[in-house]
Amino acid sequence: MLDQLKGLRTQALSELSEVDSLRGLELWRVRHLGKKSALIQILRSLATLPAEERRRAGAQANEVKTALESGLSEKERQLQEALLASPLKSRQLDVTLPGRPYPIGGLHPITQTINEICEIFGNMGFQTIEGPEVELEYYNFEALNIPPHHPAREMFATLWVETGGGEETTLLRTHTSPMQIRLMERERPPIRVIVPGRAYRYEATDATHESIFFQVEGLAVDTNITMADLKGTLLEFCRCLFGDERKVRFRCDYFPFVEPGAEMAIECLACAGAGCRLCGHSGWIEILGAGMVHPDVLARVGIDPDIYSGFAFGMGVERLPMLRYGVDDIRLFYNNDLRFLRQF
Amino acid sequence: MKVSLKWLGEYVDITLSALELGNKLTIAGLELSAVESVGQAWDNVVVGEVTDLTPHPHADRLTLATVDLGGGGFTVVCGAPNIRVGQRVPFARVGGRLIDGRTGQTVSLKPARIRGVVSEGMVCSEKELGISDDHESILVLPLDAPVGAPLGDYLGDTILDLDITPNRPDCLSVIGIAREVAALTGAPLRPPSVGYQESEQRIDSLVSVSVSAPDLCPRYCATLILGVKVGSSPGWLQQRLNSYGMRPVNSVVDVTNYVMLEYGQPLHAFDYHRLKGRQVVVRRAAPAETITTLDGTERRLDPDMLVIADEEEAIAVAGIMGSGASEVTEATEAVLLESANFNQVAIRRGCERLQLRSEASVRFEKGLSSDLPPEPLRRATQLLLEVAGGAAAGGVVDVYPGKREYESVVLPVREVARLSGLEVDVDEMLKVLRSLGFECREVDRGSRIAVSVPYWRSDIRCAPDLVEEIVRIIGYERIPVTRLSSALPRQQLRSSPASLRSSLRRSLRDALVGLGFQEILTYPLVSLERLQKLSPRMELETPPLKVANPMTREQEYLRTGLRAGVLATLAHNQKFESAGIRVFEIGKVFNPRQPATDEVKRPHNDERLPREDEMLCAALGGPRSGLSWHAGQEMLDFFDAKGVVENVLNGWGINVGFRVSDDETLFPGRGAEILVDDDRIGIVGEIHPKVAQAFDLSDTVFIMELDLERLLPRMSRTRRYRPIPRFPGVSRDIALVVDEQVSYHTMESIIRAFPLVTKVTLFDLYRGEQVPAGKKSFAIRIIYQSLSHTLTDDEVDNVEQQMLDILHQETGATLRR
Ligand SMILES: [Zn+2]
Repeated sequence: MLDQLKGLRTQALSELSEVDSLRGLELWRVRHLGKKSALIQILRSLATLPAEERRRAGAQANEVKTALESGLSEKERQLQEALLASPLKSRQLDVTLPGRPYPIGGLHPITQTINEICEIFGNMGFQTIEGPEVELEYYNFEALNIPPHHPAREMFATLWVETGGGEETTLLRTHTSPMQIRLMERERPPIRVIVPGRAYRYEATDATHESIFFQVEGLAVDTNITMADLKGTLLEFCRCLFGDERKVRFRCDYFPFVEPGAEMAIECLACAGAGCRLCGHSGWIEILGAGMVHPDVLARVGIDPDIYSGFAFGMGVERLPMLRYGVDDIRLFYNNDLRFLRQF
Repeated sequence: MKVSLKWLGEYVDITLSALELGNKLTIAGLELSAVESVGQAWDNVVVGEVTDLTPHPHADRLTLATVDLGGGGFTVVCGAPNIRVGQRVPFARVGGRLIDGRTGQTVSLKPARIRGVVSEGMVCSEKELGISDDHESILVLPLDAPVGAPLGDYLGDTILDLDITPNRPDCLSVIGIAREVAALTGAPLRPPSVGYQESEQRIDSLVSVSVSAPDLCPRYCATLILGVKVGSSPGWLQQRLNSYGMRPVNSVVDVTNYVMLEYGQPLHAFDYHRLKGRQVVVRRAAPAETITTLDGTERRLDPDMLVIADEEEAIAVAGIMGSGASEVTEATEAVLLESANFNQVAIRRGCERLQLRSEASVRFEKGLSSDLPPEPLRRATQLLLEVAGGAAAGGVVDVYPGKREYESVVLPVREVARLSGLEVDVDEMLKVLRSLGFECREVDRGSRIAVSVPYWRSDIRCAPDLVEEIVRIIGYERIPVTRLSSALPRQQLRSSPASLRSSLRRSLRDALVGLGFQEILTYPLVSLERLQKLSPRMELETPPLKVANPMTREQEYLRTGLRAGVLATLAHNQKFESAGIRVFEIGKVFNPRQPATDEVKRPHNDERLPREDEMLCAALGGPRSGLSWHAGQEMLDFFDAKGVVENVLNGWGINVGFRVSDDETLFPGRGAEILVDDDRIGIVGEIHPKVAQAFDLSDTVFIMELDLERLLPRMSRTRRYRPIPRFPGVSRDIALVVDEQVSYHTMESIIRAFPLVTKVTLFDLYRGEQVPAGKKSFAIRIIYQSLSHTLTDDEVDNVEQQMLDILHQETGATLRR
């Protein structure tokens, strides 16, 4: 019987190694471990044997059964794995094939820049407001200390709008500064706002000048506001936009509605201050005009200039992306060529 | 303002380099825009004298010139027509560095044989020296140019070109800039000393001056010089004018220009003997009076303009330009010199009307002090006597109807720190102000400074003006850097109209960009033609607002919509793009406001302003996706555009409806109005073929347009939560056959009105053999759902049957079997 068991084992395991499918494996199981298999028959017949022989043969038969069962489960695992592997292989992709195309949209670089400016100043407590582009002469000029025939009107060549009433007093605003007046007419300090918007000039357009352009105006009015605060606010803005390393310069400049007046320039990005065509060989690029709100302007809107002070600034928007991205012609922004716009 | 450092150096010592000085001036408000070096590159170029000229033996147009450098002559071949014996000329020796007249390159002069004659150097043109573009003639130097001296020593100079802001007309002069330099560097100012011999005969007995328009001429001063000999000016004078870019004319004109540059006061010289009646009348021009100005143009004047006249006629437009009738010429023997102050507004208006500007008018327009004229007048008289001889009549005419008193400006000492943030001690304030010519007195125990402003600084009127003076001379770089420490203002409510507007704008932008649209920005100023293209009839219903003084016809009108700009952009890009194009713009459009009948005529009444409405316009056309191996190229269609409308408004929970539009820009029957609660908030549709043709569009193009002003009142941030259904829904599909005329909207509205219906989806539209001609079939999936229980088939059957009955009654719909 022991020999018979040994033979069974060799026979079964040798057959198992030939099995190559789950179906074949099931047939093998029925044949060698099924109710009618020789091994099970032997196990059933053990009871009829004398005790001594039963113990030896029983141990032997159980050992064979365990070996066949573990062989079975190992084979089953192998076959399952092989079964999974083959379709994975056949369903492989060329992952380098191009993806399904989705149309790609984008914001205009000027919109992106205005959003950035508003965000930076927003974090410093400046709220964004807007105002009319067709403006009254009063707000664009007189209220800002620029009466008719003031020499400073030369700085703001104006496009007038026909209103049909003879003498034209409506115009396309030459700067966003009228909103200083409109805002201060209705709000009292503390005031902290920025005003993005279009401005218009009667000026020829060339690679660095647009007659229709965007500006962002800033205004802060309260007690104890100084030029040092103006400097701190604008330096922080430049730092955020251009990085820690970029040098900034303040100089005296003239705008009729601020006193003292200032201009801020940053070190030329193209030549790092050495002087080039872009910066007119000065090493500096003018970013904005600024200053302390003129006492006459404050008094005109009913804010006491002896108690309150404030600063204002106005910057051209197009200049910023031109500097950052090296755009050498301002007109590209408004040609709306998608080959240009999609780069931002 | 161009200023020669050599000239500047006569009034103030300059120890800084040109760039250092330029930088200091820039920080202080006089921006350096360019530095020109004259003569730095001239090597081996010296002053020579032409001692002999003979014709070239082999060439008619060339001459052989002998040029003496003080120690012997050189023979050179010269082609310039203006060479004469006795001239002083710039002479380049062999090896001299010059600019090649034809190529513009810097070259080293080599010995040359020209038509058989050896040329031992070269007589130079202005172009060869890099002074100007003149290459026709040689540069002729003044007769007192030192023969043999290096040209760089004689002519070389550094010219600073400074941008002068409109508030500083005093700096349109060399002395004005010298004053700034003195204050900035601490060096003392040395103004010229002015004085001359006056003759016995008093000027009053020789000429009478009257001012009949004192409002336009606050002051009129004049001197008279008899027995002058007008000729060309001496070299130093010509050089000075050249350094500023002014051409020398004759000694008298040159002196007036020189003194104008020196002091900033324009002067005018009249030929005294050509003054009829020996009188000068300063008066308003008569209506329709004419004058022929020095440039030979006859000009029509009006009574707002001021003229200088003699007994008979106008001899100059005051402060702007003289006439030929009184012009100083070589024949002039007596000169009446005018130094006057004219009203800046009158000058400005006159320049605008006459379309005429001069160096003089530019200065008057900026507003000069009426206290300025006498000093420059005496200076010019002194110089004229030096360069043209003669004798000055005794005294000065000084008619001064506009004499004004100067008030002092009080500067509270604290004001400097309060405005600038910079702590400056009083001694430093006083030092700076005094260095600029302000007289200062400490008052109120040193807490305030009383400042009397010098006449040339009419721009200084209040304390902040003085704060700027102090800080700009100390240097803006010394202002400290601080953060705003004042209280934060109250912030905008999220539900405020302004906040809703910016949120709506942002969400529209984000949604469109997400859908593959590129944002564009087009000019709000357009041509009438472009707006007219939007209508197949090429007509506009309402006239757009017009710019009174447009730059170009392309930018003459304010846009009334965004369509034209968007379509033009699309057309432009279709030339380059093979894939579909999707673009959009959000921007303002302008429409005249109906004025209120009792419009208040105060100057700042907003009723006078047009409406500025914000709109969104998107356009799309071409293949739905780029060429790809995934699928064929289907074209974008109406339903792409409509899907965009539905998508971008989705986030705001706005239900839009659609109905056929009669918009002229759209293809009839292929455009829809976008409705919210029956209010039209925009349109969507295919572009009319004629419009497409007018804009030169190559593919079929669809647009969608939203009026943000109509949309905004429907925006709200308040939302109500609806519970998520806990019971399963029942899905039923029905196919309904209806007449072609029945719109899907009609069907869906009826279905949606039934209870339990929570979702209606059209999933097929069929026309063809399976349905009768003239009919169509809608396949619709309806989801029924209840919040309170699981629906039974009976319940759904019941609702569905009622629905089919009503649909049949209202639309004639039948179930398709
Ligand atoms: Zn540069």
